[in-house]
Amino acid sequence: MIALDLPESVQNHLMHMGFVPDAHVTALRRAPAGDPTVYAIDGMEIALRVETAKSIRVREGEVAEAHEALEAELAGVRS
Amino acid sequence: MSSCCDTPAFTPPQPPAAPGALQTVVLIGPPNAGKSTLFNRFTGLRQKVANYPGVTVEQRMGLMAGVGRDDLTLIDLPGIYSLSPYSEDARVSIDVLKGKMPGTPAPDAVLLVLDSLHLTRQLMLAAPVLALGLPTLILLNMSDLMEARGGQVDTLKLARELGAPVALISATHGTGLESVSNFLNQQEARRAAKPLSLPVLGNAASTHTWAAQVSRRTGYRAPLSAENSRKLDDILLHRIWGPLLFIVVVFAVFEVVFSIGQPLSDGFGDLLASAGNLIRPLLPAGWLQSLVLDGAWKGISSVLVFLPQILLLFLFIGVLEDSGYLARAALIADRVMRTTGLNGKAFIPLLSGYACAVPAIMATRTIENKRDRFATILVTPFMTCSARLPVYMLLIAAFIPHTLYLHGLVSLQTLVMLGLYLAGFVAAMTTAWLLKSSILKSSETPFILELPQYRMPTLRSLGLRLIDRARVFLSNAGRIILGVTLALWVLGHLPVVTGPNGTHTAPELADSLIGRFGHFIEPAIAPLGFNWKVGIGLISSVLAREVMVSTMGTLYGTDPGTEALNLQTALHHDLALPGALALMIFFAFAMQCTSTMAVVRRETNSWRWPAIQFGYMFVLAYISAFAVNHIAGLFLH
Repeated sequence: MIALDLPESVQNHLMHMGFVPDAHVTALRRAPAGDPTVYAIDGMEIALRVETAKSIRVREGEVAEAHEALEAELAGVRS
Repeated sequence: MSSCCDTPAFTPPQPPAAPGALQTVVLIGPPNAGKSTLFNRFTGLRQKVANYPGVTVEQRMGLMAGVGRDDLTLIDLPGIYSLSPYSEDARVSIDVLKGKMPGTPAPDAVLLVLDSLHLTRQLMLAAPVLALGLPTLILLNMSDLMEARGGQVDTLKLARELGAPVALISATHGTGLESVSNFLNQQEARRAAKPLSLPVLGNAASTHTWAAQVSRRTGYRAPLSAENSRKLDDILLHRIWGPLLFIVVVFAVFEVVFSIGQPLSDGFGDLLASAGNLIRPLLPAGWLQSLVLDGAWKGISSVLVFLPQILLLFLFIGVLEDSGYLARAALIADRVMRTTGLNGKAFIPLLSGYACAVPAIMATRTIENKRDRFATILVTPFMTCSARLPVYMLLIAAFIPHTLYLHGLVSLQTLVMLGLYLAGFVAAMTTAWLLKSSILKSSETPFILELPQYRMPTLRSLGLRLIDRARVFLSNAGRIILGVTLALWVLGHLPVVTGPNGTHTAPELADSLIGRFGHFIEPAIAPLGFNWKVGIGLISSVLAREVMVSTMGTLYGTDPGTEALNLQTALHHDLALPGALALMIFFAFAMQCTSTMAVVRRETNSWRWPAIQFGYMFVLAYISAFAVNHIAGLFLH
């Protein structure tokens, strides 16, 4: 991931939970209702709503990777 | 560690504490690092929970055991991510660490608990804590899990990097704790040791860079992620099974509480009654015997019998919370809570509200947005707290037949009870929506929820939690209920009637002071199906809901007509089925709890909110009870 576009206080809180530049984020699974989504970062699992996650900029390749991981996860859940 | 529970009968003479001698130790760490487990391990039953003055942060203190001396006070600080004052919890932690918290001694040493499974991120808290310059021992908790999953760290290198001793421990299994004892006993000699200077720590990003470098240099290898937690989540957060299991769990909890709790309560009730009969011959017959047994004992034991059920409910909530399931429940509930304008975090206080609104309202502190938090506080008392249980159980047992459905799986009594729980929940959600779309409207705040790994709850922490709850319940029973039942007994025996032959006797209940007052308010409650005796119960229940039961117990104990009957049978003299249903609905909605109003006043820092809350809930309760009494009257006649 690259940067956070969020109000200062939220940004600071997220950074202490591991959302810092160069960290590796993986989308793990969606909540049963479709939102929020659980992300794995720094060995932790953190759930964010889509509107918060939208403000976290990630690099292209990693986006694809994250999507793949999520799709694979969801496929695994469905099967 | 068995030493925690031994209260030393003999205290060896202590040398007078030298100025600057080690007295106070604080425990600090990020949330979910296992601080509370460690705190319980060191203090056991020698702990007490209070509140820091002026704020709503819980202060947990206790005397340490098993560290070679018994005069050390351990303070458990709230779990925090950083020392920047982003929340009330963090401000309290900073004040205590710096010795600026009034009434709390300045710490002489710090135990910093970090979760070794996520050391890199956890080290971010180490930097500002070490920068305070207090003697600090760094405890890498859950080291057994880390090693089992292939993680490793060089503690000697880490200690050199940080300039403070580092030890691997497992708070759950109690391993590695001798390091704490060693550290504290060498502390006096080590006090002068100067902490190494750490890089100047500006923002979160630079702290993270530093933490990452330190963990790399000390050979930290993060363990593999918890496969078991993920696999469990595949089921528990599954889009179909997840919500279904969630409902099954909630339903099972209540079913067990009633099916196991009821016989337990009955047995306990019999025990209390025979205890009363044992005392009876010891007291001279007359007003004293009547005051003690028919007033105080009858009133108190009618509430005490619910202790087994209430503890069972707290046990289940404790298991759900300690296992990590409650955070998943918040995730599942987020979408539903969102439609009311709240977020999934409000679900945890609301669920705790099923046990008691007071800790539940204090648990709203995790909600960052003030308006969301106030809305949650205002609706929490609608959740069916354990104080309503005595009233519901009494009324249901007395008026609802034990008809079985679905081949004996569900009884009508359980269904009525569930209906009452549902009514409270619907009222809470509707009110939240009303508040969030009117006076407490706000922009949506981000929902950030950490999902801890699943853990097996320990008997120890569950046991301590139950003892704590029982203590609170009993001290309430001891103070409020004893006071109310004694006052009622006195009011029920005045004015003294002088008989024709000059003897003084108690008046008929209807002519007593309390009876006159009940008659005075009867016109206002008659439309709800309540008579003057129920009115007395309602008035007394403004103090606390469960007082209703003891009040009725005292009233019937005083009245010669019903003295010999048990409470359930006696109630049929005064309530018809529609009135009983109306009474249940009244209790579902009305705010009858002085402790809750006091905690709302403290949390919102104004009498305005508890006043609004009381008025709103009373009006809703009155209208609903009125409607139920009349509608049920139509169908049942």
